[in-house]
Amino acid sequence: MSFLSCEEMLTAARSQNISLSEAILRSDLAESRLTEAHSREMMRHLWQVMQATSRDYDPAQRSRSGLSGGDAAKVEQAHQEGKSLGGDYLAAVTAEALKTAECNACMKRIVAAPTAGSCGVLPAVLLPLARSGEADEESICDALYVAAGFGQVIAARATLAGAEGGCQAEVGAASAMAAAALCHLKGGAPEQCAAAAAMALGNLLGLVCDPVAGLVEVPCVKRNVVGAVNAVSCANMALAGVDYAIPCDEVIDAMGRVGSLLSPDLRETGQGGLAATPTGVRIAQALAEQG
Amino acid sequence: MRLFDVLGPVMIGPSSSHTAGAARIGYTAQKLLGDVPAEADIGLYGSFATTGRGHGTDRALVAGLLGLRPDDPRLPDSFALAEEAGMKFTIHPVELRAAHPNTAVLTLKSKAGRTLVLKAASVGGGRIRVTEIDGVPADFGGDSNTLIIHNEDTPGCIAEVTMSLAQRRINIASMQVFRAAAGGYAVMVLECDSHIPHVLEQQMAVMPGIRKVTCLNIDEPEECEEG
Repeated sequence: MSFLSCEEMLTAARSQNISLSEAILRSDLAESRLTEAHSREMMRHLWQVMQATSRDYDPAQRSRSGLSGGDAAKVEQAHQEGKSLGGDYLAAVTAEALKTAECNACMKRIVAAPTAGSCGVLPAVLLPLARSGEADEESICDALYVAAGFGQVIAARATLAGAEGGCQAEVGAASAMAAAALCHLKGGAPEQCAAAAAMALGNLLGLVCDPVAGLVEVPCVKRNVVGAVNAVSCANMALAGVDYAIPCDEVIDAMGRVGSLLSPDLRETGQGGLAATPTGVRIAQALAEQG
Repeated sequence: MRLFDVLGPVMIGPSSSHTAGAARIGYTAQKLLGDVPAEADIGLYGSFATTGRGHGTDRALVAGLLGLRPDDPRLPDSFALAEEAGMKFTIHPVELRAAHPNTAVLTLKSKAGRTLVLKAASVGGGRIRVTEIDGVPADFGGDSNTLIIHNEDTPGCIAEVTMSLAQRRINIASMQVFRAAAGGYAVMVLECDSHIPHVLEQQMAVMPGIRKVTCLNIDEPEECEEG
């Protein structure tokens, strides 16, 4: 059985005296009937695809609409020229989130994590750590199990679909998953991982899904950056011992309720928010005329 | 949701429902037809019709029909690949009643003259449901080994089919029976736990009352890698 609450997940780790990633892996093996070796192989494959997406990024690539492409290269360039704030890690996180999300918009191969629209968040926070040697493949795969575990609970208690819950269910969920993964990777206790996830999702509560022209481009690509940077800050807070007043399960439940309260215009229909601005509407019309 | 549904699938962007799901629909249809179609008429309904082009739904469906999986990097180039493979296709919007908003209707014809009409919906996260096959309602996901049998609606047909599966020790995971009209034309959909051998398919095809046997083996090796 996959976990229906973060509380159950933490209890499973605590009672068996195993790490959170181990508890999540074991629970999935019992349900999926995969062998541990097969499951770990599948996880390694996902991580390899995440790396390949970033490696194969082409600054010249553009989406069919022309709305996406080239931004990650600009961020990297500016950082190299000493024009960016926040140091190497933040610059890399920003660039990687853009890279993967741009690749998605340009019909390249990505890992939906948890969705295609939010595919940039997890790789963004992990790739720079792998590149700098701060994390090896095994610890990253463990962190990905932790991310998936929190994602499963979000799917069970709320939703991971923008059409149901708005962008909080996609980038918000990805951000919570990434925050927990980072916290685990840096040696945080299970409770700290849950606090990191709670903060990350809580910070993005209410985020609407308002794709211009209905495409996974504007504002999706840049929202991946927000999800990633938010994850880093929340992991940092949790690792420092900062607490969140609302337990993670309750934050997830709140996200689900907020999602159902959102007008359908703000749930992936491209009818509200930025999609409904004069410029958003103009872009949609211009693309429709191109046919 | 399974762990590898939360993380994954590996897919060509930009949308799990509009791109990966569309590719899965095309791929499943190609498997069911048993060959790359020589002619394909592709009808798009709902959100597939309105935002499909920007999401590459059209390219994904054609890629799937060529036997490309949803994570095949050649997916965006499927129109050119179709031309090379000699597959003619048309894509247009269709009006349907009470259909899922991401629905495609594929009317296919193989070189050997085999035909298939498939209605399928992309239901999220890259997963699909086939909702109609050759005009008869159906409901299966294409993620298990699936046997689809068109038969006359006469007593004994179902027994014959399940008996021959039992003889080969193939376990049935789920079974559905649909019919167009009593005493007319019926469809059985059997999702099985193990591979369905080709020889069994041929055996069933000549049984009395059986009109057509279609088989979807998910564990079959790739057949159309050359694109």
